[in-house]
Amino acid sequence: MTVDQVIFLAVALLTLFAALRVVTTGNIVHAAFWLIAALFGVAVIFALLNASFLAVVQVVVYIGAIAMLFIFAVMLTRKEMRDRGPQLNPNWRFGALLAAVAFGGLLLIVNGWSGVTKTASAVPSDFDAVSALGNALVSPDAYVLPFEVASVLLVAALIGAVYVAFNQK
Amino acid sequence: MATETLIWLIPLPPALAFFLIVLFTNRNKALSHTIAVGAAFLSWLGSMIVFVRALRVESLGENPFESSVNWLPTGDTWFRAGVLVDPLTAVTLFFVAWTVLMIFIYSVGYHNFGQPAGDHDHKGLPPHGATVDEHGHKHVVPSVEPLYSRFFAFIGLFAFGMFTLVVSDNLLTLFVGWEIMGLCSYLLIGFWYGKKSARDAAVKAFMTTRIGDVFMLLGIAYLYSVTGTLSFREIFTETTLRTLASIPSMVNGLSSAGLIGLLLFIGTIGKSAQFPLHVWLPDAMEGPTPVSAMIHAATMVSGGVYTAIRMFPLLSLDSTTMSIVAFIGAFTALFAATIALAQNDIKRVLAYSTISQLGFMIAALGIGAYVAAVFHLITHAFFKALLFLGSGSVIHGMEHGVLHTGKHDVDPQDMFNMGGLKNKMPITFWTFLIGGFALSGFPIVTAGFWSKDEILADAFAHNLPVFVTLAVAAFLTAFYTMRQITLTFLGEPRTKEAAHAHETPWTMTTPLVVLSVLAIGYGWIGIPEHFPLLGGLVPNWLHDFVGGTLAEHPEALEFNVVPLLTSLVVALGGLGLGYLMYRNVNSPAEDKLQLGFLKNKYYFDEIYDVVFIKPVTWFADKVVYQIMDKGFIDGILHLFGPGTQGIGDGIRNYFDLPVINKFFGDGSANATYFSGEKLRLAQTGRIQQYLMLALILFLAIGAALYFLIKV
Amino acid sequence: MVPLSWYLIFSAALFSVGLFGVLTRRNAVAILLGVELMLNSVNVNLAAFWRYGNVTDIAGQVFAIIVFAVAAAEVSVGLALVISIYRKRNTVIADDLDMLKF
Repeated sequence: MTVDQVIFLAVALLTLFAALRVVTTGNIVHAAFWLIAALFGVAVIFALLNASFLAVVQVVVYIGAIAMLFIFAVMLTRKEMRDRGPQLNPNWRFGALLAAVAFGGLLLIVNGWSGVTKTASAVPSDFDAVSALGNALVSPDAYVLPFEVASVLLVAALIGAVYVAFNQK
Repeated sequence: MATETLIWLIPLPPALAFFLIVLFTNRNKALSHTIAVGAAFLSWLGSMIVFVRALRVESLGENPFESSVNWLPTGDTWFRAGVLVDPLTAVTLFFVAWTVLMIFIYSVGYHNFGQPAGDHDHKGLPPHGATVDEHGHKHVVPSVEPLYSRFFAFIGLFAFGMFTLVVSDNLLTLFVGWEIMGLCSYLLIGFWYGKKSARDAAVKAFMTTRIGDVFMLLGIAYLYSVTGTLSFREIFTETTLRTLASIPSMVNGLSSAGLIGLLLFIGTIGKSAQFPLHVWLPDAMEGPTPVSAMIHAATMVSGGVYTAIRMFPLLSLDSTTMSIVAFIGAFTALFAATIALAQNDIKRVLAYSTISQLGFMIAALGIGAYVAAVFHLITHAFFKALLFLGSGSVIHGMEHGVLHTGKHDVDPQDMFNMGGLKNKMPITFWTFLIGGFALSGFPIVTAGFWSKDEILADAFAHNLPVFVTLAVAAFLTAFYTMRQITLTFLGEPRTKEAAHAHETPWTMTTPLVVLSVLAIGYGWIGIPEHFPLLGGLVPNWLHDFVGGTLAEHPEALEFNVVPLLTSLVVALGGLGLGYLMYRNVNSPAEDKLQLGFLKNKYYFDEIYDVVFIKPVTWFADKVVYQIMDKGFIDGILHLFGPGTQGIGDGIRNYFDLPVINKFFGDGSANATYFSGEKLRLAQTGRIQQYLMLALILFLAIGAALYFLIKV
Repeated sequence: MVPLSWYLIFSAALFSVGLFGVLTRRNAVAILLGVELMLNSVNVNLAAFWRYGNVTDIAGQVFAIIVFAVAAAEVSVGLALVISIYRKRNTVIADDLDMLKF
């Protein structure tokens, strides 16, 4: 096993454990914090994949903004600080079965795919992934249109969120 | 603006005015008459511009202003509709525009604009006057017409119809304008629909002219089936005319041109109130006086003659047709003139005189005197509009007197109730005098002399019997005109009402003055070249201009002293005799001409009643209603009724109720209800359960596809 | 070097865990937490395919960025809905929100 593999396995297992806690822990505040842990793990995975920009964005946007938003939402929607009663719905076993089947199916597909043995080539030394990404996002030959559409979507979501959550009395 | 575009636009303003008034400004009297008079003014302006431009064109007859568009698809070809201004249209536009504008203005005053609303006026009845408190004592003044705006809407629509008729380049749009005018005539005669006489007169006018219209439509259809076109310019070509003249019609001895001409001419008989369809015009005097002036003297009835003149190249192809035309015209001229002698109603005298004068034109046309007919058409429009408006002014003045005395049973239209109005209503008197002299053909000064003289000269040259008839008619014309003037204006007031008559407002007198100028001045453009002393001073412009409409320009007549002397004698003699006879007549009893058969218009109404109306009513009641409708049709219906009901009952009991209702209706409803009852359990409303179901389905389908593709 | 299959299996596992959360949690906020996990697993996939494919073709990362934007939009609207419902019904338990039923 290489160092890379060791690090990957450790991070992956920690991330999956955190993810499991997110979906199983009784305290919703704790769940939010576990989510932060899982997102951190994913950020490390990005770093392992040489996707430095994605790693940074994962930390800044996901953990910095989205996870915080969750914590605020949890606080705004709790009658009491402690949760009572079961956190899973009555037919959670069936849900677990479905999730397991889905996992099995995905494994089956991965197993059956011929490209799974691909190896990563070294990143060329003169290749700057961040500037390439930046150019691709604003170049008319590449992805400027999806990028602009995404910005429109964000504006729409912003307005929608304000409208929906606005306290109309 | 291009002249053609302008011609298209001429009829439009009055139509717009009609819709504006009807839809929006009905409640506002001032706005309504502003719109209507403004529209008439715009049309007048357009007509004058077109007229002036037409004068500048060399030989307008060969190169008229014309423009047309595809209107109706007729198989592979198009029926084209459009406008045409040749010399005939130009001069017609001139007099139509003038009279229409004058009459619109006159109507403002005639319907008492600016006066208070009446005390107990009803819609559909003439206004009865209003009481006002002035200087401390009660005072009765004329009251404003209750349906004031409606009147202007109607005459606007009428003007649209007339302008359309005049500028049309084909018989079909001409007919459209013709029918619009017919409708407006009906609406306006029955304007005071609260009066039974007005209602009856409206129906009578509509039905009588309808007879003519149907024949005219037949003529149009026949013409179209023979030539395939209704455009004047295309019909009046050498080849088309020759074809028409050569094809025999279904009537023996008459070419198709003759029959078509005759059918179209029957339309003219109806519209221009010629014998034997003349009966509606005197009754049409039930309408307000501006209506009598415009529709039943100056424009609509002229429209009939205009159409006949327009179709002259076609009419003149067949000598039989021409003889009939000449006979009807001459006969009507004399016959109507005799009736006019014995009428006491100021407007009825004028109505019969209109019939008589239209007869002059028709007779002129029948003997081929094309230009003379046009000339008389124009001068007559001016002086007859003037006379009618003048008589309206007189009636208005008399109504003023009636309101003053309060005796409402005094007829303000009866000439024997008048007398001495010369001093009370000076403007009306002088203008009426001018109009009356023009009608009588007072020598040299008036337009009527020149036009009538030309007709007589032509008649003398071509057809002696017609000449004699027309000469007698002209004598009678002068006579009854002078009788009318004498009874109305001269002498002493015969009633208190006449003594208190009053000059009418400026809106009414201004049109009178303008029209009297035209009634005199218009004659000077048509002085024959060979007339002693005056001939050649002014070129005979009208003859050259209007004559240019025809392919073969008519020759100017050689001067002959006989017709001139005749017209001098009949005009002056008639006028003199009329004055002498009626100078001292004070009541109908002293009038020697109150003969029964004249007074009752030769019993035409009664004859028509017995010959046509009674049998038709009898037929409608006894045969159609009692036998056909009640016996036959109702019998069949009664047979059908129970039968159908029986079949219906059977279907209902044995098919509808058991099969449709029970099986299909209730069955499907029950099935839906049952399945809904069961299926609603699946709808828990819980989003996660839905999601699970969706996922199961997704996994199942995904797995199936995966393995299927794999294997 | 880490094999590509490890990343894919990790991403599949993360996805399934998130799916389990979405399907079973009673709290609406917790359901949204599960959705976040699933979106993250997708991003891991995209980044992995980019790394193991043609590195100079930046499409994988671009899609990941777009997924970030979509996730942010989804969270903001979703949480706004949750808060709005909480104001009206005083609950965030998904089972109690059954207004969709018959």
